[in-house]
Amino acid sequence: MTALAQTPALTAAAYKSDYRPVWCPGCGHYSVLSSLTKALAELGLQRENVAVISGIGCSSRIPAYTSVYGFHSVHGRALPVATGLKVARPDLTVVVAGGDGDGYSIGGNHFLHACRRNVDLTYLVMDNQVYGMTKGQASPTTPADWDRSKLTPHGTGVSPFHPLAVALAAGANFIARCYAGDPNGTARVITEAVRHPGFSMVQILSQCVTYQPSQKEWKTTVRKADVTTTRDAVRAARWLMADDGLSTGVLYIGHRPIYRPELQASCSVDDLESGFVV
Amino acid sequence: MSGDTVSIAISGAGGAGVMTAAQMLLDAAAKAGFYGLMARSSGPQIRGGEVAAFLRLGSRPVECLDDRFDVMVALDWLNVERFAGEIVLDGASVVLCDADAGEAPERIRASGAQLVPLPLQETVKNLPGGRMNMLGLGLLTGLTGLPEDVVGGVVAKGLKKRGQEVLDAGLAGVRAGMALVAASEVPACRLGSSPPAVAPRWNISGNEAAGLGCIRGGIRFVAAYPITPATEILEWLAPSLEKVGGVLVQAEDELASINMIIGGSFGGTPALTATSGPGLALMMESIGLAVASETPIVVIDVMRGGPSTGIPTKSEQSDLNIALYGLHGDAPHIVTAARSIADCQFTAQWSVHLAEQLQVPVIVLTDQSLGQSRAIVDRPADLAFIGRREMPVAGVTGYQRYALTASGVSPMAIPGIPGGEYIADGLEHAVSGRPSSGNEDHSAQLDKRARKLELFDYGDHWADVEGDGPLAIVTLGSCSGPVREACARAKALGIATRLISLRLLAPAQEDRFAKALEGADRVLVVEQTHSKQFYRYLRAHYDLPRDLKVLSRPGPLPIRPGEVFDCIKAWS
Repeated sequence: MTALAQTPALTAAAYKSDYRPVWCPGCGHYSVLSSLTKALAELGLQRENVAVISGIGCSSRIPAYTSVYGFHSVHGRALPVATGLKVARPDLTVVVAGGDGDGYSIGGNHFLHACRRNVDLTYLVMDNQVYGMTKGQASPTTPADWDRSKLTPHGTGVSPFHPLAVALAAGANFIARCYAGDPNGTARVITEAVRHPGFSMVQILSQCVTYQPSQKEWKTTVRKADVTTTRDAVRAARWLMADDGLSTGVLYIGHRPIYRPELQASCSVDDLESGFVV
Repeated sequence: MSGDTVSIAISGAGGAGVMTAAQMLLDAAAKAGFYGLMARSSGPQIRGGEVAAFLRLGSRPVECLDDRFDVMVALDWLNVERFAGEIVLDGASVVLCDADAGEAPERIRASGAQLVPLPLQETVKNLPGGRMNMLGLGLLTGLTGLPEDVVGGVVAKGLKKRGQEVLDAGLAGVRAGMALVAASEVPACRLGSSPPAVAPRWNISGNEAAGLGCIRGGIRFVAAYPITPATEILEWLAPSLEKVGGVLVQAEDELASINMIIGGSFGGTPALTATSGPGLALMMESIGLAVASETPIVVIDVMRGGPSTGIPTKSEQSDLNIALYGLHGDAPHIVTAARSIADCQFTAQWSVHLAEQLQVPVIVLTDQSLGQSRAIVDRPADLAFIGRREMPVAGVTGYQRYALTASGVSPMAIPGIPGGEYIADGLEHAVSGRPSSGNEDHSAQLDKRARKLELFDYGDHWADVEGDGPLAIVTLGSCSGPVREACARAKALGIATRLISLRLLAPAQEDRFAKALEGADRVLVVEQTHSKQFYRYLRAHYDLPRDLKVLSRPGPLPIRPGEVFDCIKAWS
């Protein structure tokens, strides 16, 4: 029997730490944490072989609430930290988690290049269209007329960012949207995303009841996408641009090659020196 | 000629092959048993413009350029005045130039050097497929007396991939150059008899040496963004890492490179990035993350003229301040400086060892004049430094990543070790890694991170200390070569000095420095910055005698041994 078969399967609860989250009551991130741990249990992964990597923000606190390895890094840099880890340690399962500000604003460049590099990562963006940790400023996905922040009292006047369309254009191969109000559905999508080889982009509508209370309405407005998963990027682009951002499901799966350098030595360090000998 | 070396400058239009000819001359000198150094100077243009190669060849190891040039070969006069400050000529210098290139520029004529116009263009025109640079190589072969067959062998090796026709034309060019010299009245500039090579020698650049030192130290993951003058480290590392089972990722920017290597190192693979000033500035926030999360990383900074884009192709030591003090918060880290081309290997390898041992970021300072210069050196001794990270055993119970140990170093679990699961964090944390904003945890972790650097025994590698004279010359990095040579000249006049070249800049080694300075009553500080950054660093950390002078100048002009020697002489 293999070692894998001998290790007992863990329950979802075993992937949670005993730390109490800093999140507000009613925050969508609680259910994302549940979905993530359910997915890890479903996948039957050993805790030591999983790493959850984040940047900074409310949602980026999530690694500490798990019992796997993790890195709570700096603002906007979760994807590079995760990329380095996965390239150096391809044997690990690496999940990246964060928010819309962390991923699309300060970390925007890394988002583009993670999509096109296609390292085998699963990226969970808990999108609540606001900076919660700094107490309510507009993020790249905030509607242009949102005027509840002192920083932008007349609204941002800037059209919101379209993460999934950008991900598609940048070359992402797995594009999905979930809703924190549907933790089982979200767990299923995360499971599929982790199994998908290459970079998987999962946008999770995760309500901020404190600074975006209108997102409580997502309970009634968010619905399953009226299309099935497509492998046609043109069709996916057309559908994404016409959608209102509230449809959920795995929307696109492409087939670009993944970035996974071989780590096999073919010579010794001494051999390298021969090139310098006079 | 200064003592036992010959100094040669070759200039010409970019793309004319000046660098190729200079490298071949260096290779040939090495094959013939000589030591040598080759530095390069170019403007910001990618192709075209003007470039110059500076060589110094001799029968002893060469660590810096001389004060002046014995020979200049000007393939044309295009923008040669751009290098006027760097190509120091005098009445004893010889300038070989093209008879059809018009009058030499004013500054060349004013130097008093002997101008020897030769029919360069005309000769090349009459050679099928002839190239000016091969003719120039021939001129220098004739002048230095290097054996024709050795030079021919180097040319054959360099040009064989380009076909027999190109090779034949190259060899014909070399012979034609030699013939021009033989038929002229040019005074010879012989290299003399070469010393027998007792051990194998290497032809290596500082950037290559740094890359090799890193791989020897255990680096197997590199992420980086191209930047002058550090790119050659990456270009050497990319294929080399692949061969030894590692990998280099070209990142989208420096913010990505620094964070990728933090991720790679978190995974247990010793990790490195290489950059220059602007890139280092971008990386600062995450170097702080590596301090706080105690993730070992190595950052090589090949310094160039700053601030901002500054002078990307030329050397300066002005990143010292940002390397030492650029991190926010109280962030103890290690800063080292390589003091010669060959020492780039030693310092890089030692730095990897320190990073892994102490779970800390190490910034390694080199500079353009080390990184992009090549030298013929004795094969460096094998070093025992290998990065060894303390880790917990599998199945450990009650593991605490940031446990408060006496040494300050706590075992670092890596993913895959059951029982070691923890969250690395840039937030201040308790011993477990759990975020904490409490004063006790903050003080305890600050103490721990400072303690591990303070208690470690860095041994004798913290500095090179040579001599015991009453005048101490304290320097760093690429200034060490000129200082060592100046000390040797002083010694020949009976003036005793002592050289202290710091390899370990942070943490400061107060006791060791005091001991090295014992009996010295005067200090001369030598550095290549405008604001005397090194002097101010010394003032901040060490007790110095009242009698103190500073020889400091910004790049790009190198500090020359003669000016250090003049300072010593005037003060003795």
